Amino acid sequence: MARTVTARRKAINTAIAWTIGLLIFFPILWTILTSFKTEAEAIASPPSFLFFDWTLENYAVVQERSNYMRFLWNSVIIAVGSTILGIIIAVPAAWSMAFVPSKRTKDILLWMLSTKMLPAVGVLYPIYLIFIRMGILDSRAGLVVVLMLINLPIIVWMLYTYFKEIPGEILEAARMDGATLKSEILYVLTPMAIPGIASTVLLNIILAWNEAFWTLNLTAANAAPLTAFIASYSSPEGLFYAKLSAASTMAIAPILILGWFSQKQLVRGLTFGAVK
Amino acid sequence: MATKASRSAARLMMAPAVILLLGWMLVPLTMTLWFSFRRYLPLRGGDQGWTGFDNYVRFVTSSAFWPAVQATLVIVGGVLIITVCLGVLLAILLDQPMWGQGIVRVLVIAPFFVMPTVSALVWKNMFMDPVNGLFAHVWRFFGAEPLSWLSEASMPSIILIVSWQWLPFATLILLTAIQSLDSEQLEAAEMDGAPKLKQFWFIILPHLSRAITIVILIQTIFLLSIFAEIFVTTGGAFGTRTLTYLIFQRVLESQNVGLGSAGGVYAIILANIVALFLMRIVGKNLDN
Repeated sequence: MARTVTARRKAINTAIAWTIGLLIFFPILWTILTSFKTEAEAIASPPSFLFFDWTLENYAVVQERSNYMRFLWNSVIIAVGSTILGIIIAVPAAWSMAFVPSKRTKDILLWMLSTKMLPAVGVLYPIYLIFIRMGILDSRAGLVVVLMLINLPIIVWMLYTYFKEIPGEILEAARMDGATLKSEILYVLTPMAIPGIASTVLLNIILAWNEAFWTLNLTAANAAPLTAFIASYSSPEGLFYAKLSAASTMAIAPILILGWFSQKQLVRGLTFGAVK
Repeated sequence: MATKASRSAARLMMAPAVILLLGWMLVPLTMTLWFSFRRYLPLRGGDQGWTGFDNYVRFVTSSAFWPAVQATLVIVGGVLIITVCLGVLLAILLDQPMWGQGIVRVLVIAPFFVMPTVSALVWKNMFMDPVNGLFAHVWRFFGAEPLSWLSEASMPSIILIVSWQWLPFATLILLTAIQSLDSEQLEAAEMDGAPKLKQFWFIILPHLSRAITIVILIQTIFLLSIFAEIFVTTGGAFGTRTLTYLIFQRVLESQNVGLGSAGGVYAIILANIVALFLMRIVGKNLDN
């Protein structure tokens, strides 16, 4: 913004914005802090903010008692697996829609979007039944497929908007220079498409990691990812605040970090290109 | 540039995505429709034949239906009002010049990346617990009797949790929209002596109207189907049973698949009405 502001104005803005920012972030901060307390300190009244004996004990206990690594591993496989599978299916589709558009391209894109709007609970029993019949209830493979399908419209859309931005003139120039189709794809298009594909991967890993309808309803002991593991803390283990906090911190930390890299893509991916 | 050969190649490249999504949509939808017209109790006699529109009538005449509609409307409406209003204010604030803008933005956006079960559980136990929750400490500090939030003020509590999760989304999108505002317009208004409030009302808000519409539509679709937040906190008790949760209970808890499926069809119709408006805007955007 080109408007000139006084230093005083800027200081006031800064103070207000930081206060609100910290307020919004506080529940997360509090969870992280509590995870380093002992159980007694976690429920002490009045609660201590920073001045307590920091301990890593909770992290060790969570892993020991609940086999945390298995849930983490399930989350990783489900989130990464469904994203990779989705990308493999979506790249050719988005590619052809962006570079060889037909009259029906727009209708197909909108129809794909409409499948994303289908409320999950409306098809809960059919999916449940199909999973039982196919013997994939509580299996990671089943969840990979379901999460791939619910995120496929977003993946196609994001890739489409990115591919659409690759200027056609570059292709023509490459052809004039005598590039074959193979070298055109390999040396011209791929380098330009990779950033878009990377952002799409990032956002979809986040969405799949946090998905909490199908992961709660279609898993039990074997394939349960972190969403279901945390839900199992509901009671009475939830009363052990420090351990609950340690488990929660570990569940959200990887995604918080990934999320910070993907702020821009979030807008594009979740508004289907309507806000840029 | 599109030849016949490239057209058929394009169709082939699109085929897997289209076929998969078509199957994902049609197969379960057909099954839901089929079940909704049958008396189907998997644990009590299985499929007992056609019942016509009986399930549809029973779903809307059951005593749980209207409270569920009300709970859904209150949660969706409450969260929308809070997130859109605060989102606009926050977006304007974050757009102002300040020190450490990037860090503040990260702090504000962070809740969106917290998985729903974690945020529900953290709020439920560490903030809203009537004995050891942080709110209870604060209440006692001021000499007030701590509330049992999730049972005594269940709706405001759920709305607070869900708003906290969705405020970053609204803020981020509105901030992106604000940043595309031509600052010369504001400067001209300032020179003409327009007060801040008028600038907001006549320049900023109209500029944001499209982004606000999109936020409302997208959030409505997601909020209509919130599940984990209720599953973890109240389990549908204390008047927080939404339509989504009611259908879930009918289908999986009481295993009345026919009745639940009829509810599912209602939910699908409802979501489609909202989706139609959203698709219009998105479709228009594609033409440009």
